[in-house]
Amino acid sequence: MRRPLPPRRRGPTVDSVYRVVLASAAAVVFVIVALIVVEVAHGSMPSIRALGFGFLIQTQWDPVADHYGALPYLYGTLVSSILALILAVPLGLGSAVFLAELAKGKVAATVSFVMELLAAIPSIVYGIWGFFVLAPFLRTVLEPWLIANFGYLPLFRGTPFGIGMLNAGIVLAIMIVPTIVSISREVLLAIPRSLREGSLALGATRAEAIGITLDAAKPGILGSIVLALGRALGETMAVTMVIGNTNRISASLLDPSATMASVIANEFTEATGALYLSALIQIALVLFAVTIVVNALARGLVWLTTGGRRDIAAAA
Amino acid sequence: MKATRILAAALIAAALTGCTGGGKAPSVGLTGAGATFPYPIYSKWFEMYHESTGVQINYQSIGSGGGIQQLKAGTVDFGASDAPLNDEKLAEMPHPVLHIPTVAGAVVLAYNLPELTQPLQLTPQALAGIFMGTVKTWNDPAIQAANPGVVLPATAVLAVHRSDGSGTSNIFTTYLSAVSPDWKTKVGANTSVAWPAGVGAKGNEGVTGQVKQTPGSIGYVELAYAKQNSLATAKLQNSSGAFIEPSLASTTAAIRASAQALAADVRAPTVDAAGPDAYPIAALTFILVYEDQKDAAKGKEIANFLHWAIHQGQDEVEALQYARLPAEIVTVDEASIAKLTSGGKPLAAR
Repeated sequence: MRRPLPPRRRGPTVDSVYRVVLASAAAVVFVIVALIVVEVAHGSMPSIRALGFGFLIQTQWDPVADHYGALPYLYGTLVSSILALILAVPLGLGSAVFLAELAKGKVAATVSFVMELLAAIPSIVYGIWGFFVLAPFLRTVLEPWLIANFGYLPLFRGTPFGIGMLNAGIVLAIMIVPTIVSISREVLLAIPRSLREGSLALGATRAEAIGITLDAAKPGILGSIVLALGRALGETMAVTMVIGNTNRISASLLDPSATMASVIANEFTEATGALYLSALIQIALVLFAVTIVVNALARGLVWLTTGGRRDIAAAA
Repeated sequence: MKATRILAAALIAAALTGCTGGGKAPSVGLTGAGATFPYPIYSKWFEMYHESTGVQINYQSIGSGGGIQQLKAGTVDFGASDAPLNDEKLAEMPHPVLHIPTVAGAVVLAYNLPELTQPLQLTPQALAGIFMGTVKTWNDPAIQAANPGVVLPATAVLAVHRSDGSGTSNIFTTYLSAVSPDWKTKVGANTSVAWPAGVGAKGNEGVTGQVKQTPGSIGYVELAYAKQNSLATAKLQNSSGAFIEPSLASTTAAIRASAQALAADVRAPTVDAAGPDAYPIAALTFILVYEDQKDAAKGKEIANFLHWAIHQGQDEVEALQYARLPAEIVTVDEASIAKLTSGGKPLAAR
């Protein structure tokens, strides 16, 4: 009969193997990101050298004259993503609170299931829906109504095309709602019951109790919004189909626009000139930088709102 | 058990037929990459050619730009492009390259004007104005003048262009540059340009969808695509002053009208051709090969295939809505194919 080895003797070897395996898994992720940065930066060099800082502030994108300015795309990416957040955050947060705090059993299970279904739909399907279903509705109903009632605002001036910034914002909002809902719901469920019970016992109303829970869950909720924003910034196919692909900066949400991801998707395959190709790669580099800056800002925000509690800030 | 035996029998049968097939088939296979526009006819040709000769040709329709890059890098035996290489790009290639036109296509203007009962007629100036953004409404005098007696609506014109870089855009902007000095200086011709007006939609299907669902819109698509989707297309005024309906016949006529220039240089522009029955936005699509082939066996197969494509292959093109090459261009191609060599020795085609 074999006697089991004492755990203390065996432990360190198993632990170190385990550690190495996990560390290399983490290292692979790091190396992939590093390689992407190096490769994209290398590919951008001709464009950076030829166009300099002007690339970020100029508005002309002209492959014929070999002159490239990315500002309209930078603008389009940021505005469409912010618009998506404005629409998706109240919706997502509302349903997360409903699912975590109010809905019971079957209702919660069904709604959660539907939410996860929404997350699994390929982005091209959202694009087709936005193009063939949402666009005609916007063109014939919503946009004329916005122009008639809010046309005095620069936001709602122009011609109702159906496609454009508004359409892209709505499609993106629907795409990122599941991210906000599922993460926020988990965070809310993780808040100890005692907190709700305590506030109810002290005489808080249901709404006040939810408010206290939300406050405790703030870092996690902000984290879900950051993740959702990340998806909106990088979304390519659906946006390309509904945004109108025009490199002009317009204050109106009804006008067509373009994003960094959409111009890469549109022009990369047929870009023949060396500088043209390099300018497109530089757009990828800028998109990468924008994502990093946005993430850093969001982490800073979480850090500020949690009063510097690093554990929660890091978790978000 | 039984399933295994059936599987084994099938494998043996496959091996046997493979052997008998291999008996007459040469062992060379060809690879190509490039334009998406001729992909339907190319894949049909490659299938037919494989059936009759046993030669396998693989083709990746990754876009003209990609095809040129791959030919340059030497990763494919031939490239395919909707636009010929200009002098500068030709000089960048490591070895001399031959352009072999294979089929012709046209770019047509699809529009959505439910009020109209007869085809819209457009002059080159009106068309350039629409895409420049200077012609803003349908009842603009520039459009009205070409449509006498037709009541045109006072609604806004929405010009729809391709948002993705494409050979179709290149042909269309080449045409606009040829007919409008204003367009030539302000916008120019390329696979994608800085569009002064309108909205961009992805692919032929995106432009079609946008035009179909937006009254008052007009966009350009490939002739084959418009035919397959029964879109209303505009008659365009050619350089002889006649309004020509886009069709396979008027496309071939346009190529024939440019035959003299093409005989001198097969890369010569074919837009705004001079013939009285020529549709003005017609173009050839090309297979690109190195004049001197490294591998004689492959070079021979390329020569054989190209010869087949410009002769027997032409009978297949109209079913897929491509315009066939006029006899004059077949002659030009024959001369080009005869130039193919390997190590300086000619690879005489069949």
